[in-house]
Amino acid sequence: MMTPERAQELLDKAKKLTSADDIELIIGGGRNALTRFANNTIHQNVAEEGFVISVRTVIDGKTARATTNKSDDDSLRRAIKSAEELTRVQERDPDLLPMASPGDPPRPHANRPSRHFASTAAITPEDRAAGVGKIVDIAKKHSLVTAGIYSTSDTFEALVNSRGVNTFHAETKAEVSITMLAGDSSGWQKANSPNVGNIDAAHLAEVAARKALGSAKPTELPPGKYAVILEPAAALDLVGFMFYDFGGQAVLDERSFLSNRIGTNLFGENITIEDNAYHPLQSGAPFDGEGVPRQRVTLVEDGVIKSLVYARGTAAKMRASELADKVGEIRVTGHGFALPNDMGDAPMNIVFSGPPTGQTKTVDEMIASTERGVLVTRCWYIREVEPYEKILTGMTRDGTFLVEDGKIKGGVRNFRFNQGLVHLLNNVEQMGTPVRASGEEAFDMVVPAMKVREFNFTEVTKF
Amino acid sequence: MSMKEIGAWALDTAKSRGATYGDARIVDERSRALMTKNGKVAHAADSESLGIGIRVIAENAWGFAATDDLSRSSVEATAAKAVSIARASAKVKAQELRLADEKPAVADWTSPHQIDPFTTSLEQNLDLLMQVDAELRKVDGVTLAEANVNFRKCEQWFYSTEGSDIHQKRFITGAGFDVYSFAGTEIQKRSYPNSFGGQYQNNGYELIAELDLVGNAGRIAEQAVALHKADQCPQGNFTLILDSSQLGLQIHESIGHPIELDRVLGMEANFAGTSFLTTEKLRNLKYGSDIVNVVADATQQHGPGLGTFAYDDEGVAAQCTPIITKGEFIGYLTSRETAHAVGDTRSNGTMRAEGWNRIPIIRMTNISILPGEKPLTFDQLISNTDDGIFMQTNRSWSIDDKRYNFQFGCEIAWEIKGGKLGRMLKNPSYSGITTEFWNSMDAICSRDQWTLWGTPNCGKAQPMQTMGTGHGAAPARFRNVKVGSAFR
Repeated sequence: MMTPERAQELLDKAKKLTSADDIELIIGGGRNALTRFANNTIHQNVAEEGFVISVRTVIDGKTARATTNKSDDDSLRRAIKSAEELTRVQERDPDLLPMASPGDPPRPHANRPSRHFASTAAITPEDRAAGVGKIVDIAKKHSLVTAGIYSTSDTFEALVNSRGVNTFHAETKAEVSITMLAGDSSGWQKANSPNVGNIDAAHLAEVAARKALGSAKPTELPPGKYAVILEPAAALDLVGFMFYDFGGQAVLDERSFLSNRIGTNLFGENITIEDNAYHPLQSGAPFDGEGVPRQRVTLVEDGVIKSLVYARGTAAKMRASELADKVGEIRVTGHGFALPNDMGDAPMNIVFSGPPTGQTKTVDEMIASTERGVLVTRCWYIREVEPYEKILTGMTRDGTFLVEDGKIKGGVRNFRFNQGLVHLLNNVEQMGTPVRASGEEAFDMVVPAMKVREFNFTEVTKF
Repeated sequence: MSMKEIGAWALDTAKSRGATYGDARIVDERSRALMTKNGKVAHAADSESLGIGIRVIAENAWGFAATDDLSRSSVEATAAKAVSIARASAKVKAQELRLADEKPAVADWTSPHQIDPFTTSLEQNLDLLMQVDAELRKVDGVTLAEANVNFRKCEQWFYSTEGSDIHQKRFITGAGFDVYSFAGTEIQKRSYPNSFGGQYQNNGYELIAELDLVGNAGRIAEQAVALHKADQCPQGNFTLILDSSQLGLQIHESIGHPIELDRVLGMEANFAGTSFLTTEKLRNLKYGSDIVNVVADATQQHGPGLGTFAYDDEGVAAQCTPIITKGEFIGYLTSRETAHAVGDTRSNGTMRAEGWNRIPIIRMTNISILPGEKPLTFDQLISNTDDGIFMQTNRSWSIDDKRYNFQFGCEIAWEIKGGKLGRMLKNPSYSGITTEFWNSMDAICSRDQWTLWGTPNCGKAQPMQTMGTGHGAAPARFRNVKVGSAFR
């Protein structure tokens, strides 16, 4: 496995092989394994090991990147030569900054979060098979068929450059995703954590089974506007579509729905969101694509759009732009993507604040407070229809229920929605305790279940 | 050390550890991505990747392991790991595994091309992109201009314990541009020749000249700006004409995915979903109208699609499989493992892997609708339509996890009145149920209007694999289609 010392050795070698003004290596990889099951059988079972070295050179105000998955001298030399050729052929970019230096800005916390667990790294194919066996047993107990995954990984990311940045992050991850299938219904649950001890696969399987059984013989409701209870994974996949718009570069490019809206009361007063790489339920490296330490940033406070996140270069461009006095605080926040890139920056460690003490509601309490509405377990195939009101289309999936008179009445056929995110975040009636949620459309976040008014279902499918 | 020797290390080890079947794929990939944005180079990157993936059957169960280290000790350890993973798989097994017979193949194939894109200069390509960028930004109201070219060379050696020895080399070229206009409270966008990166083919650099990016930049930029003043696309049921690129994506989502037999059999139930197209519907479903004819064609004769190859990634020769003939559903995409589920004795060759570190899974090849047999140009199709809407270039796409209900948004539309294109319409969208939609098709243009589009970003499987697929299509007309629900 890679170590900070080995990364430095590779940089020292690269420095001798290059004539560039500056050089940066991003080295990432490790071991990944995934056991996949369907029809109560392990049908795919894979493992891979490897890493890549990605070289960026800066020459006279120009930059480019070349990547290889080999660390021998010839491969490293070839990658450096490619990066240099790609760099030299360009015109000078007056906005390109020199590579980052250590401590600018400093880390907001003395200690980096520990996200590497030996117990997770030690999981074997036999362990995963045993875990899947228990999930299958639960499916059989309920006369259901199950499909899903149990995956583990032990990975690292190192970023070193010729200006002295040497930052390293190692992380493990265990993930379980379970679908339980009945004749005309299904249920789903998913969870992940750096620590395999936090994953209770049997509990997830029982909940997924309960959803599959409870949504059997689905009835068809007409499309329309409903009170909707979004479980955390469903809320995650919806709200996840807006965070790329919180990058400073997106606003400079005028492709963000926050253009002309920073500082305004865009969402309901109960919406507060921060980006916090150090939150105990978060994951990922505490530095960005230039090795800059991630800072905590309040994105939305009491419904008001407060701040964007910035890569080093984007912050400098924003300060010099005519938008400088319209976007709130401008500072390097450690949210840049690896250079060169067209996207700039984005928050990657989203944490929603829950409601004030005493106002937190469980999903059961949300159901109990609902005269007529729909409970959504999971969303699927979400895409942006309109970018400024952030209208999203997508489907419900794997556990959609009618709620009436404070109780779940049974399963309903899945809906297509066309729902504006701005509208949604102005109509959150109740929220639960934020949890680490994992879906399919957005990166993992700390987000609560939400009860939302007037959620817009426009069509119904046939199951 | 030759690739054949490396493959032998893997397969010999797998057999000695008890594997009853094994295959080894060594993949050597090289890619280049260049992108400009508002007059600057936004992205310039090269990448190379070489590794081996070893797939085995032991105790009648699958195992797979991959490594980027091609030393003998590493390859043998990886093969041994694949066998031990297969033995673990065997502990949770409710179904027997059997592979359809396949005669071992020995072959060497390179995708047809005139110009290796990696022989073109960086200067030449950046100059092209800057020309496109300048043309786009000449138009008042343009707020963001992006242009890109992408090249990939993929060389693969496949060996199996059954004796296959297949070497294939493919060149992939792609290019396109996007242009945005932000004004007031609207962000409008146009793309050329297609959205999400442009056009991609298994082709050489000659594709770039065919696309005429510079020649189309001004027209497309003007459309992006003009959309702000266009009327909102109306809601209701309309006659709909789709351009060939949008029809290509419609095929991808509502025919290509439902016919994947692994989905039908529940193997993707947790992630990509299943399919409404359950096996009793084979040869027993009117999928579309009588003029709907769809094939899955991976052969070189079909054209330079992203789904063109000589052999799939489990060593089965490329084939042309009828999927829908005169509207009747008659074929799935199958593999050696699944073919028997629909009574076939041979796979129709659709197993494809993203790279050396992924297993092959059932994938679309080139899923294409055949053009109309009678001559029909786009202009004639419009002139034959009294009242309707013509939509062009995808903007959003979504379909349920059984592939019944879909909704697509396009970048731009025009009203059709009295056989002529009329006012421009913004924010067009349409939706429907798969089989109802395809049964409403009553016209499709002829071969001269047919384009083999590339979808470079199809996601499926866990771990996720991204694959390129091909979709030949010509402009076509559909009746009584629901339009505008997205904005209801």
